[in-house]
Amino acid sequence: MSERTGEHRHAITLTVNGVLREAAVPARRLLSDCLRHDLGLTGTHVGCEHGVCGACTVLLDGEPVRSCLTFAVTVDGHEITTVEGLAERGELSPVQRAFSECHGLQCGFCTPGFLCTVTAFLRDNRTPTDEEVLEAVSGNLCRCTGYQNIIKAVHRAAEIQAEESG
Amino acid sequence: MKPPPFDYHRPAGLGEALQALAEAGSHGKVLAGGQSLIPLLNMRLAAPGHLVDINGLTELATISADASGVRVGALARHAAVERDGSARAVQPLLAQALALVAHPVIRNRGTVVGSLVHADPSAEMPAVLALLGGSVRLARLGGERDVHARDFFVGPLESACLPGEMAVSAFFPALPERSGTAFCEVARRHGDYAVAGVAAAVTLDEDFRIIAARVACVSVGPVPVVVDVTGVCGQRPPASVDWDEVARAVQDRIEPEGDIHATAGYRRHLTGVLVTRALRGAAQDAARSGANDAGEGRA
Amino acid sequence: MTTKLFGERVQRREDARLITGQGRFLDDLGANALAAAFVRSPHAHARIRDVDVSAALDVEGLVAIYTWEDLPGLLAEPLPLLIPHPALTHGRTGHALARDIVRHVGEPVVMVVAADRYVAEDACSLIEVDYEILKPVVGVEEAAEAVNLVHADVPGNVGAHLVQEVPSPDGLSAREAIEAAPHTLAFRLDIERSASMPLEGKGVYARWDADDQSLRVYSSTQTSTSVRMAVAAKLGLPLPKVEVVAPDVGGGFGVKIVHPWPEEILVPWAARLLDREVKWTEDRREHFISSAHERAQVHHVRVGFDDDGRVLGLDVNILHDHGAYTPYGIIVPIITSTQLVGPYKIGAYRVEFSSIYTNTVQVTPYRGAGRPQGVFCMERTMDRIAAHLGLDRTEVRTANFIQPGEFPYDQGMTFQDGRPLIYDSGDYPESLRMLKELIGWDSFPAMKAEAAAEGRAIGIGVGCYVEGTGVGPYEGGHVQITSDGRVHVSTGLTSQGQGHETVFAQIAATELGVPIEKVSVVTGDTRRFGYAVGTFASRAAVMSGNAIALACRKVRDKALKVAADALEADPRDLEITDGVVHVAGTPSASIPLATVAVLSNPLRYAFDKETQRATQFAGAQDDDRPPVADGEEPGMEGKDYYSPIRSTFASGMHAAIVETDPLTAEIKILRYVVVHDCGKLINPMIVEGQIHGGVGQGVGGALYEKMVYDEHGQLLNASFMDFLMPYATEVPRIETAHLETPSPLNPLGVKGAGEAGVIPVSAVIAAAIEDAEGITIDRMPISPSDLYSLRAETRLRKIQ
Ligand SMILES: Cc1cc2nc3c(=O)[nH]c(=O)nc-3n(C[C@H](O)[C@H](O)[C@H](O)COP(=O)(O)OP(=O)(O)OC[C@H]3O[C@@H](n4cnc5c(N)ncnc54)[C@H](O)[C@@H]3O)c2cc1C
Ligand code: FES
Ligand code: FES
Repeated sequence: MSERTGEHRHAITLTVNGVLREAAVPARRLLSDCLRHDLGLTGTHVGCEHGVCGACTVLLDGEPVRSCLTFAVTVDGHEITTVEGLAERGELSPVQRAFSECHGLQCGFCTPGFLCTVTAFLRDNRTPTDEEVLEAVSGNLCRCTGYQNIIKAVHRAAEIQAEESG
Repeated sequence: MKPPPFDYHRPAGLGEALQALAEAGSHGKVLAGGQSLIPLLNMRLAAPGHLVDINGLTELATISADASGVRVGALARHAAVERDGSARAVQPLLAQALALVAHPVIRNRGTVVGSLVHADPSAEMPAVLALLGGSVRLARLGGERDVHARDFFVGPLESACLPGEMAVSAFFPALPERSGTAFCEVARRHGDYAVAGVAAAVTLDEDFRIIAARVACVSVGPVPVVVDVTGVCGQRPPASVDWDEVARAVQDRIEPEGDIHATAGYRRHLTGVLVTRALRGAAQDAARSGANDAGEGRA
Repeated sequence: MTTKLFGERVQRREDARLITGQGRFLDDLGANALAAAFVRSPHAHARIRDVDVSAALDVEGLVAIYTWEDLPGLLAEPLPLLIPHPALTHGRTGHALARDIVRHVGEPVVMVVAADRYVAEDACSLIEVDYEILKPVVGVEEAAEAVNLVHADVPGNVGAHLVQEVPSPDGLSAREAIEAAPHTLAFRLDIERSASMPLEGKGVYARWDADDQSLRVYSSTQTSTSVRMAVAAKLGLPLPKVEVVAPDVGGGFGVKIVHPWPEEILVPWAARLLDREVKWTEDRREHFISSAHERAQVHHVRVGFDDDGRVLGLDVNILHDHGAYTPYGIIVPIITSTQLVGPYKIGAYRVEFSSIYTNTVQVTPYRGAGRPQGVFCMERTMDRIAAHLGLDRTEVRTANFIQPGEFPYDQGMTFQDGRPLIYDSGDYPESLRMLKELIGWDSFPAMKAEAAAEGRAIGIGVGCYVEGTGVGPYEGGHVQITSDGRVHVSTGLTSQGQGHETVFAQIAATELGVPIEKVSVVTGDTRRFGYAVGTFASRAAVMSGNAIALACRKVRDKALKVAADALEADPRDLEITDGVVHVAGTPSASIPLATVAVLSNPLRYAFDKETQRATQFAGAQDDDRPPVADGEEPGMEGKDYYSPIRSTFASGMHAAIVETDPLTAEIKILRYVVVHDCGKLINPMIVEGQIHGGVGQGVGGALYEKMVYDEHGQLLNASFMDFLMPYATEVPRIETAHLETPSPLNPLGVKGAGEAGVIPVSAVIAAAIEDAEGITIDRMPISPSDLYSLRAETRLRKIQ
């Protein structure tokens, strides 16, 4: 944001990927834009801005939500996890590794949304069935992969998760 | 696709929220889950002067169930209601329908009450409320009123919630014993709004004959179309009902329109198919619950 | 070649940044740039009477507003017609900002630059444009009737008309052959509009350096080199002062090969004028109404055939809807016309198309580019012949196949690259055998009968295609080994997710004998490579892959020569393994490539210990030769180009089993099987990924996606809510098998694979639905509502 506009700005505080971040945003600022342009976390992508594609999905207090259908002011004081926060201490998460291993991404534009969605899903359901996996990723569009390797990656991530915790 | 500017209100309590809405009058809108409102804002198809954000009003994030039914607060998200064990036990149709609302991630944010106020004729929750004969509690500065479902849905995207009013909760009545429900729909893609959909409730007598049967149809009229088919079913066991006749009775009452996804004729046909499916499903469900009750009674 | 990576399932090196949010897509750049937004025409056809910007001037944060009147020089001229063709007698392109007439909803009229996108849109909403509404022309057949005109100076709305005729071996024209044939059929086939619809829209970000008088442009494009030339030309800048970079690109599928988009020249122009960074990020609605669509065509087919189903004559008449403008020429209908014949020997062929203007978004190639329509025609024709003769559908195809011994096979036409349509290699009978085995073609009737007994309707369909890939004119590769032993590869064409960095690194590592970790690859950056064509037509692996291989071979030769001097060996006895040059059989006599790179560059000044070996007093030189010998160049680098005489032809066959619900008319794909031949596979994992993605888009095109215009030229479904791209729940599991018939045309023996998956899907699904329902399917896509209507019509016809 180079030039300030006259609009009233709200001071907000978010905990993003474990770090306390502050921003002054107009009320209409979408969380997606706040993350990307105010906080410089451009890993969260924007593919439609009407809630259908899922590329902008982030975790809000641990639950996946569309950041393009959320105002930044609304989530003042809450915790956000973005794709940048999925790796822990520099180590890729099982979900991230599985997506790469199974060739679950091509252009990578949809990928952050899938990774966030699947991370929350596998946290709550560690041994999902085929159908549950399909349902879990059914709200995210990918124009490149035809989804087959994404589905494979979710199963593989569950496997890695089990191996590493077992 | 960026929302136009608006004045933002973040009330600390219900009173403050109603105050803000009263002041904003016809320029004010409630922001609940934002899953319908924000797309409209992003496309600049809506431009309210004031938004009253109720996401901080955690006291409205309530789901309470008792023998009479389930009351859902304005901030109860689809996902929370779907998962709520007691709500599911008292009124299983809620969870049955919610599984068909959008995708899990949208359900994490969208609210049941917001969905009712939004009054999309293709949406599931309005049909559920209409089928069950529930009501919505509307609060305004200095007052409150309960509006029955039959009066609540006024037209496409139009509910009885007036400027200055806020829907604080909705009540979904329980059904009598030996009742069952089902929600069947066909959508173009999994998670899309339905091309046609039918919610059904059936109640059986002690001999497992139908004594009440109702359906509510989505996407085939300006508001959910509720049809009582008890008479057409006759007081017969489900297996001897002439389902085609029942389907025809419902088809006579709907007013489908064609659009880019389906012709009016297909919607009419599909509604007939789904009426049969949903009523049979509901009757089976009722028989199961009747059998369970009987089993419990003996034990 | 000792480091064997070619042909392996090498993990992608792109992934590391993309799975951690470290990718850099267009809108991730330029944090401090001003934002551009556009006022776009709400009307399909109108004259602009007046633009009143006064209400917008008070918007805080507004920086500039531009209309056509503000555009200087060439910027005010129509956008370039990229691919002229003699048959395109009435080619027309739009202006960067509409001049006086708008010809489709979404055409840019006013450009706004402001502090951010929110404010820019506020200003846009306050600008009033006064339009005189003109009669819109919508629908290709209505347009062909020419009651109203899209361009006043284009009679009949006809932009182009082209006839191609290939007589039979005994000299009959197609029409004569059809007349003389024992059996004839005539029918109409329709395909509706769809679009590439990458998940990332277009976008442009420009920085003007006033001190250096130079421009850096980032664009989410499939061709950075051509954007560079267009920007330099339109802005009147010297080419060396313009750099264009394609950052990470979130999918292209054709729409991003078109250039320069209005925004691609307006944004750099404004950046220079304002001396501020400016960025435009296309939003989804803009992408729907102001990018490009494809696919819509009406086909009238007449075919004559013998008792075995051999096609004796085929006559196809195509109405192609190219929307309001023709920036990309008539490539799409040319491809339909030429690739329609597929793997078959057609007795005599005549194809005619008229390319028609309508007041809708312009039409340019989308993955498959006219082939899905052509294959739909040919494969539906094969199925009709089979039905007419009561033959198995695969038998009819077999009767018409070009045989393995008949390559090179000349189809007698001119292909989309202006070169003869000559197939280089393939084995169609073997492909079909594999396909039938995989899907269980021969046992399907039993399966169908079993399903029918349970009240279920299932059907099977098959479709074959040949795809000309790797079209010219050329691509280049540059390879440099630096004194740290690293290998830097660059090529001018761009990437949109195809894994080029990985595939090209595999090629370079294999050619040079170095560990792949030492190789880095840059694509689509004119700072690194200035000459290129672009990424389209399944050409990247063929064109740049071979160019890079050739460049590597040059570097390798040079490395061996330098190493031979150092090792006092014969270069022919040397090998490179793991980045070390050594004498074959004598591993001790060796020298690392890093050192070879040092020695290749005679130095006066050392910058570290290693490079001291190449300085003038290090004694490593021959006093009778100049340090850089005649015909040599310093440094361990090489550049080469690959320019094939013509395209190489990949092929494939798909089969599907579908189930249709007797009550709801819902259509479910139970199995989807692909046999694919793209010559030698560089990375099977990536090729399979390309096929999956293509089939996914194909399923979209067959069952879900269409652009719906009303009679006013309004696009009714310009959102992801209503333009139904499939989710994971709509795409079946795809079973793949590969056949490898290497291309004899290029050193690597490869053929393109990018588009293949999408090509036959509509034909295959239509065939399977037809088989399940016993109802002729001659129009795609098909929805449950459509199928329901077809059933009703069929019932009605039977009653009458
Ligand atoms: C991709 C996608 C797919 C979807 N698919 C479906 C689907 O298949 N079926 C379906 O039913 N829905 C679907 N939805 C909509 C979703 O269910 C919404 O959550 C719901 O319609 C609105 O709830 P909300 O809380 O988000 O309301 P909001 O978007 O916040 O508000 C919607 C409207 O209701 C008003 N409002 C909300 N709450 C109150 C209140 N307490 N008092 C007064 N006014 C209020 C607002 O002012 C606004 O006018 C979909 C949404 C998306 C983005
Ligand atoms: S950008 Fe948020 S869902 Fe598409
Ligand atoms: S990888 Fe490109 S959209 Fe999914």
